[in-house]
Order: sequence, then C-alpha cells, then structure tokens
Amino acid sequence: MSEFQKNCTVRRVETLGCNLIRLTLEAPEIAGAVQPGQFVMVACGTNRDPLLRRPLSVHWADAEGTIQLLVRVVGRGTAALAQTRAGESLSLIGPLGRGFSLEASRPCLVGGGIGAAPLLLLAQRLAEQGLKPLVLLGAATAAEAHILQQAFQALGCSLALATDDGSLGHRGFVTELLSAQAAQADKLYACGPQPMMAAVARFGADRGIACEVSLETAMACGLGACLGCAIPDPGQPGAYRHVCKNGPVFLAGEVLWT
Amino acid sequence: MKAAVDLRVRLGAVELANPVMTASGTFGYGAEFAGLVKLSCLGAIVTKGISLAPKAGNPPPRVVETPAGMLNAIGLENVGIERFLQEKLPFLRQCGTKVVVNILGDSEEEYAELAARLAGAEGVDALEINISCPNVRHGGMAFGADPQMAAGVVRAVKRQASQPVIVKLSPNVTDIALMARAAEDAGADALSLINTLVGMAIDIRTRRPKLANRTGGLSGPAIKPVALRMVWQAAAAVQIPVIGIGGIATAEDAIEFLLAGASAVQVGTANFYNPQATAQIVDGIAAYLEEQGENSVQNIIGGLRDA
Repeated sequence: MSEFQKNCTVRRVETLGCNLIRLTLEAPEIAGAVQPGQFVMVACGTNRDPLLRRPLSVHWADAEGTIQLLVRVVGRGTAALAQTRAGESLSLIGPLGRGFSLEASRPCLVGGGIGAAPLLLLAQRLAEQGLKPLVLLGAATAAEAHILQQAFQALGCSLALATDDGSLGHRGFVTELLSAQAAQADKLYACGPQPMMAAVARFGADRGIACEVSLETAMACGLGACLGCAIPDPGQPGAYRHVCKNGPVFLAGEVLWT
Repeated sequence: MKAAVDLRVRLGAVELANPVMTASGTFGYGAEFAGLVKLSCLGAIVTKGISLAPKAGNPPPRVVETPAGMLNAIGLENVGIERFLQEKLPFLRQCGTKVVVNILGDSEEEYAELAARLAGAEGVDALEINISCPNVRHGGMAFGADPQMAAGVVRAVKRQASQPVIVKLSPNVTDIALMARAAEDAGADALSLINTLVGMAIDIRTRRPKLANRTGGLSGPAIKPVALRMVWQAAAAVQIPVIGIGGIATAEDAIEFLLAGASAVQVGTANFYNPQATAQIVDGIAAYLEEQGENSVQNIIGGLRDA
C-alpha cells in the first residue's frame, strides 16, 4: 500500500447547511490511489491546534486529481476545517486503511447521516463496473437528504430515502427501508450510526447476504502506531482489532455488535 | 543533510548518527512509518514496549485529545517477544538505523528473561527498560516510583543483557534526581525521561471518564516544560547520558533539551500528527549548529548558561 503526506490546495469549501461542509482538494496522489472506504488524516486549524489530525473518509475522487471530503462540523477540529478558504492548503496523509471490496453484482448501500460520505465513492466505482446500486439513505430532514440525493442519482443509483421528520421519503429509520428489494442484494454495504449498522448486519446475516460496514473511532495517528482505535475482536475474546489498519471497513461478522 | 556539522552522539557503547530517536509506543515497530519518513535519517528507532507474552491492551476508548496534548491508556498492547523476534526485528535490522528494544514485565524475573532473549540478538543495539508506564496495574510504574525496586530491575536486566541498557523514568515521582541516581548506581548505561504524566478527562454529559481505564498518560506539547525541568535535574544528578523526552515536536524543542543536558532526544506524540517530525528535527538541529558556528552537536549538550 502506498500512502502520502501532502500539502493539498483547497479548491472549494461549500457550506451545505445541516452543519455539513464539502471540501474539494487538489490531491493527485491520493485521488489516484484511493479505494472507496479508505480515509485520510487531515490536519485541522493553525499551529497544530487542535493537536491531532482528524480521520475523514474520502467522499469523491476524480481523474483530474481532486478529492472531496464531506464533513459534519461536530467539534473544534471540524469547525476549523469549516473556516478554511479556497487557495489555502491542508496537510493530508492517505489514503489509509482497508476499503470496501468491490465484489458484488447486486449491491445495496445503506447510509445514515454523514455515514453516507464514503458510499458515494463506492457507488461511483460500482457504477463503473456497470452496476446500478440500490442506495438507502437516511437523513434528519429533507434538506439534509437533498445534499446527497442528486449525486447518487447522477450515478444511476436507484434511491430510497428516509427522514427522521418525514419531510422526504419514509418517516423513520433508514433500516425500515430494508425490504424485498434489499433482500435481493448479494452484498450489503453500510455506514452510519452503530445501531443502524447493527440492523443492516442482522438483516444480512438472517438472509445470508454478505455485509461490509465502515466504522469510526477516535484515533491519534491512523497509521497503526498509536493503537488507540481498538475495537473488540469477536473471534478472540479479550483481543482487539484496529480501525485504522484492519478497517475502517470490516465484514459485519468481524464486529462485536452490542 | 549537510556533512559540515557532526551530529554523532554516544549512549554508552552505542554511537548514534544523530541525537534524534523515536519514543516507544509512538512509532510502532518502524514499518508503520516507512512510507512517510526516511528511517535511515533517524538516530535510532525505539520499538513499542515488548513483553514476554503478547498483550491485548486495554478496552476502548483508549485515546482522548486534550489542550496541546493527548491522554492514552493503550495498556501496552504488543505482539510479545516471540513474534517480535520473528516478524518485526528482520524489518528493523535493514532500516539503516540503530534499534532500541523497549522491554516491560510484571516482575524482575520477566525483565531479566526478556533481556536474556534479546542478548546477542542481531540488530538490537540497546535495550530500554520501561519501568514507567502509568496504564497497567502491575509492574510498569510500580517499579518506576520506588528507587529500590527500580534498582532491582536494572540489576536483573544488566546481568543478562549484552547491549547497553537505558532506563526510562517516570515523571510521576517526587524527586527525579533520586530515581536517576538509583538507576545509575544499579548499572544503567543511560536514562531516558520523561514517560507520560498521569492524567484524566471527564465527559460532563455522561459524567463518565473519557477513557475506559479512567486515567491515562498525558503527552504532547503540553508536557514539554515539565519534561525539560526534569531532564535538566536528572542530567545534573548523574554522569551517564540522559535522553530527553516530552512534547518534542520541532528542532527548537529538541535543542532546548540538549542545552538542558540531554545527549539525545526522543520524539513521541509528534509522530502521530507529523510522521516527518523526526527527519525535520535532524535537519533543524544541523541548521542551528551551522548558524551558531558549532561544528559538533557535542558542543551544545549541557550548554545551558546561567539565568
């Protein structure tokens, strides 16, 4: 695997509403190497404050060498990223970790909130294989759902939506959209809140459909050195795996669902 | 790198090409960083702490960011001596730099056995005894807080070791000079300090500790002034070389430690957010020496002037 530490010029910072921003960066090495589901470690703020980089999944990468990061502003690091201006540069390390496998013929992608971020690049790569993924998207509101709706539709995905407030699509959890059509899938991909991924994992296990999930934890380095991003290994009680190297994408069976 | 200045330093019988080392637990087993920094530029790589049996480590959450620093409670997760020798050491051998193996145990006997296993191992240039980890119940810091216990571990390791022995000291003591002298008297070839400071963070919404271990070790730029003071005190208390550790992120930081009496430095948390930190510090020290008209790094070690 090849990874890069690069200062990348910010081409665009879009404020999308719903506390979401989309960063477009010139990162040819990373764009060329990234697999869907992989992440970058991004230095936020000035003068190393906050101190640690933030792990962010790659939302989009194109042949022109740009990548996009879809970021929810939740704390000091992401707030600093939201202050970035076009023309400035950000230090990125990546691409890191294990991404999604592209072995599928009838893929179903399930995304909840900001968890949908890595699924767009996945949908794009699956579409390149001539597939038409089924995408189930959960969002808080119609406004949030609209942010990603068109991007998935532009890739030819067939899309079903759920919103917490019922302002668009199904009112309720995105997992309530897992029905007959999803049961026809031969591969489930999920990224979002833990209970959502647990429900998708269960749906797949009950029907014998392979399922991959993308996890998020706090981590200091993203390189397998700090060992901070440990998660329990269901195969070996008392042992741990690491989200940065063994993941962030895991088979559902590799995760201890609580 | 310029050849004009001599960056070589000695730690007992080992000569380093320059005084910049990595700190244990922040650089994995070296291979993790091979794609991001030129390992042959480093003075030495210090491995993740190795125990006799593999250790799984503590439950998560294990890390939390704090102002200008971080708390960790990893719990000494490591592959154990067997897998280290089989799987990790071969890579380290061909990195073109010195290799220091950090060892840890629950008893004097375990430390001694580790030293015996590593004695004569090709590609192991020195041992660093970890008697200062704050995140495990037994061993670790218990040895580092008691001068007699520390001396016992050092003597046990020295009896077995074929390489120079560095003793890594805890800052969580009242009198660092006392601990430094105890390690020196027991036969240590060098000292390294400081390990992390015991700290804590609380989530006020859940009213729970942010770390599953409740407490953890504080590292990063936040601890540098404390580390510098303790290195200065330890260097004044002993004749053996002292390695400065604690919040070093830039060449300026490293030079402060050298002036305070450190013969070398270890870079820790900075590796996490800037994997190229060590190589940049090597270049920065060389540039400083040139600018100061010094032809050797030896000229500034302990060169602190009166206030």
